[in-house]
Amino acid sequence: METKLTLNSKTVTISPNHPFVVIGERINPTRRKKLAQSLAEGDFSMVQEEARSQVEAGAQVLDVNAGVPGADEPAMLSGAVKAILEVVNVPLCFDSANPKALEAALKIYPGQALINSTTAEQHMMDIVLPLASQYGAAVIGVITDDKGVPATAEDRLRVAEKLLKRAAELGVPPEKVIIDPLALTVSADHHAGRITLDAMTLITRELGVNINLGASNVSFGLPDRKIVNVAYLALAISRGLTTAITDVTVPEIQTTLLACDLLMGRDEYSGRWIKAFRKREKAAAALAAQ
Amino acid sequence: MDLQQIYQHVVDGEADEVQSGVKAALAEGIPADEILAKALIAAMDEVGRQFEEGELFVPEMLIAARAMQAGLNLLKPLLIKAEVKAAGRVAIGTVKGDLHDIGKNLVAMMLEGAGFDVKDLGVDVAPEAFVRAAQEGYQLVGMSALLTTTMSNMEVTVQSLKAAGLRDKVKVFIGGAPVTQDYATKIGADGFAPDASSATRVARQLIG
Repeated sequence: METKLTLNSKTVTISPNHPFVVIGERINPTRRKKLAQSLAEGDFSMVQEEARSQVEAGAQVLDVNAGVPGADEPAMLSGAVKAILEVVNVPLCFDSANPKALEAALKIYPGQALINSTTAEQHMMDIVLPLASQYGAAVIGVITDDKGVPATAEDRLRVAEKLLKRAAELGVPPEKVIIDPLALTVSADHHAGRITLDAMTLITRELGVNINLGASNVSFGLPDRKIVNVAYLALAISRGLTTAITDVTVPEIQTTLLACDLLMGRDEYSGRWIKAFRKREKAAAALAAQ
Repeated sequence: MDLQQIYQHVVDGEADEVQSGVKAALAEGIPADEILAKALIAAMDEVGRQFEEGELFVPEMLIAARAMQAGLNLLKPLLIKAEVKAAGRVAIGTVKGDLHDIGKNLVAMMLEGAGFDVKDLGVDVAPEAFVRAAQEGYQLVGMSALLTTTMSNMEVTVQSLKAAGLRDKVKVFIGGAPVTQDYATKIGADGFAPDASSATRVARQLIG
């Protein structure tokens, strides 16, 4: 299945037959004091800088979260979106639990955006999915419902089915839904990583939809998280992960994703892998010459 | 039975050894409250300290807490019989809309390890449920949120406690990734804890 995100005439396609799509996660004021403060003051220059550096690092889509506690989120999110579109030309992903903020951003966005996210909870689906339908946006469907996060891979498949069914009823076809099977942390339950991988296999096989993951949660509370995270990304890609919201400015993540594309047959003549290698060499040489 | 040995088994997360150690100590006539204070609580304080220093990681803390719990289960009936008072009574949960419970679970275990009577209200806890706990006599209300979008429900809960006339009966302390001291002050919470181990310290201060 192909999920198309657009901005004006630019299209990014998410599918198992296209290069892996990285959604840059860094425009998010949670735990980032300076960014939160600049947003609260209505200053979007830091947001613009984050947008530029992530696209430079290879982000094909940018996640935009403007949730500063106590601030006017609809105004904040649409302000950030306008500022970002002044400096980069990639599709955007609107990250909010506030339907008014989502709608404010969707209204001014020239293309098919991605909504992050709905869960499979009835009240969430009934608010978020009509918005996706009305504005032609795609939507991330997080596999948790009124009973919480399903414990087994089979139950996660069932919840994904339920979400897709409701989406179709509300005018959002399956190619516009990206399922997030939710990776919980292995530090609290050592089976957590495996259950999510098994859920990906099942969902990919049975439903054929695109799959997204917030891939850094899995290593919470552990040392050397970076290594755990990239290993998990690689494992997940082999199970059907086609996009992830992650920090593409981390070199290990960049290279791991390129290597995965190479090994999954999505890099003809190893072109992108070699090009990225030369870029790294050049950067290292420039650094040494300083 | 050397209490220091039980202490070490808790720190090392060895539940079976803790249980046999506690049984042996009881058989020797060591009072339950002494075992609790000198072996179990002292060990969890040490685990908390090492976690804060970055020497221990979350799974190690969890397994230590489980070992502590194994010992505590043996002591509980005796403590009740001897009318040993808990360090305090705490009701905790993640706020309405928030399902992220790792931090909350760690805090609950650390508080239990520090001798508190802990009522875990679970995840996605409505303000009314916190109010009910306050009515039941819990002196401390702990709230956790991982999302900027759900943390506003902390303020809603504080307001609900106020509306129910219970605000001066309980102390409220909060924590979670997006939560800061500034935010705690702003919404009128009594305390803020950046991690599970400092939550114990904050709880002790608030009650003391």
